[in-house]
Amino acid sequence: MTTFSGNALCLDRADINTDEIIPARYLTEIDKSALGPHLMEDLELEGFDPQKDLAGIDVLVTRENFGCGSSREHAPWALEANGIRVVIAPSFARIFYQNMFNCGMLAITLDRTQIDRLFESAAKNFLHISADVDTETITVTAGPDTFALPFTLSGFEKALVQAGGWVEYADQNY
Amino acid sequence: MGKTIAEKIFDDHRVDQPFAGVNVLRLDRVFCHEITTPTAIQDLVARGKDRVFDPGKIKAVIDHVTPAKDSKTALQGKILRDWARRHGIIDFFDIGRNGVCHALFPEKGFVRPGFVIIMGDSHTCTHGAFGAFAAGVGTTDLEVGILKGVCAFKQPDTLKIEITGALQPGVFAKDVILEVIRRITVNGATNQVIEFCGPVVDAMSMEARMTLSNMAVEAGATSGICRPDAVTVAYLWPFIKDEYTDHKAALADFSRYLPDEDAVYAGHEIMDVTDLVPLTTFGYKPDHVKPVSDMAGTPVDQVYIGSCTNGRIQDLRVAAQVVAGKKIADSVRAIVSPATPDVFSQAMEEGLIKIFMDAGFCVTNPTCGACLGMSNGVLASGEVAAATTNRNFNGRMGKGGMVHLMSPATAAATALSGTIANASLFSDPA
Repeated sequence: MTTFSGNALCLDRADINTDEIIPARYLTEIDKSALGPHLMEDLELEGFDPQKDLAGIDVLVTRENFGCGSSREHAPWALEANGIRVVIAPSFARIFYQNMFNCGMLAITLDRTQIDRLFESAAKNFLHISADVDTETITVTAGPDTFALPFTLSGFEKALVQAGGWVEYADQNY
Repeated sequence: MGKTIAEKIFDDHRVDQPFAGVNVLRLDRVFCHEITTPTAIQDLVARGKDRVFDPGKIKAVIDHVTPAKDSKTALQGKILRDWARRHGIIDFFDIGRNGVCHALFPEKGFVRPGFVIIMGDSHTCTHGAFGAFAAGVGTTDLEVGILKGVCAFKQPDTLKIEITGALQPGVFAKDVILEVIRRITVNGATNQVIEFCGPVVDAMSMEARMTLSNMAVEAGATSGICRPDAVTVAYLWPFIKDEYTDHKAALADFSRYLPDEDAVYAGHEIMDVTDLVPLTTFGYKPDHVKPVSDMAGTPVDQVYIGSCTNGRIQDLRVAAQVVAGKKIADSVRAIVSPATPDVFSQAMEEGLIKIFMDAGFCVTNPTCGACLGMSNGVLASGEVAAATTNRNFNGRMGKGGMVHLMSPATAAATALSGTIANASLFSDPA
């Protein structure tokens, strides 16, 4: 898959950790789909209601250091179980970032001003975001406005997304 | 141009560089536990690739929830156990021989300077204490590691953290690493390796170095590496004595991973710990750190001494020294979880278990348990814990609970008081 698109949700907090994304008490699940109902269950964010706010969402936009803490790949799995395959942030924690690409999902890094612009647009209108891996462009539709933002993926990150994940890539190459 | 420890290890292990800055490294160790490995095993089976690259290099343990608390955790253990058996993974530590992975594996001599080690666990950085490049990864990286014996890493920069001066009585490695995290913040070393060095680190035991390296990930670091030296050799000697003529020969070999004089670092922090006081966390981030004295009097409901950060014998000795002959406060419950069976045995032999029990502690089997709120002392909503663990995230030890991280000495003193308190080791060392 090289185009990811859908409705975007903005989470206005830095340092959202993987315990908040998927609490440890659910790590006894070995079936990824069982994680779905518990996404962001413990997230500390004023006004956030996971049941309501995550419904129909395909893209997350958030602040610095997203996915810090535990290495649990259950975090991207819980996102995917809810149909979310793209996260956009100014920075990510290392293990979470790598886990996203290893799963063939997309973690897009944008600078602070561009992230602020997305938050401002979202405050006024529902946000729809489409990310194209081949052209390295995200297209944002917010009410009557449409604008495009470039992003950069390394050759490796692109290759992982195009292969569908690290197991597929490694199997072909090593 | 000179190289850092990580650069030397990468050079030694690089099998491919498929893209600029991406290094596929051959693995010396793939460590496995029952929470993050079963999904990898099942995926390999589903793909018709139920193989392992080298059973001798794979070490596995059931540690996070043990003994099994329900049928789900029992199944996780069973998947790991069945897999270890069918692939001849001899070093699989089942119930009775099992302990917290990052305490057990070093204890068994599985870590060497210069090794590349991965595990599906963020505190894998602990093994950097031996001068290894040891990094936490997710289940998919673990799966490829198991199958192919390789893992891909971006070339990391290294942040040199030089620790100078000398620790006062009652101030320990846990306080040092809390101060490091406070200074550089939770995002301070993302995509970097931290090299810990300086006279204070040189003077530390391997256990204290493991406490330092263990929490490198809380500052975002890929690994926390200490220079291999005579202390490293002495710790590993029982396991390497047939490979080298003497300690000097081992040290000479390990020294090829020492950083060059002209190695290039992304940053160099010098931290004088002469005036460092015992520290604890407040709030929900490991970089929210204050002196214990500033938090003194904060009531706690539970004290937890254990974990891969501070559950080893030296940690238990200090805690026992604080509580010996005394009783914990009526308002608090205290749990001590020796990190491995050998730590438990040693503690028994030294009379520490009796000291803890006489003081009113609950002494449990080795397990990760409460550290991540899965078992062995989960908090109720609204409760407060003082713990020697490594994360105080919201809900970490139980939904709605609060955790204050601290050293074993401070945790023991807090158990006696029922409120956050400095140990007399610090406040009255005479």
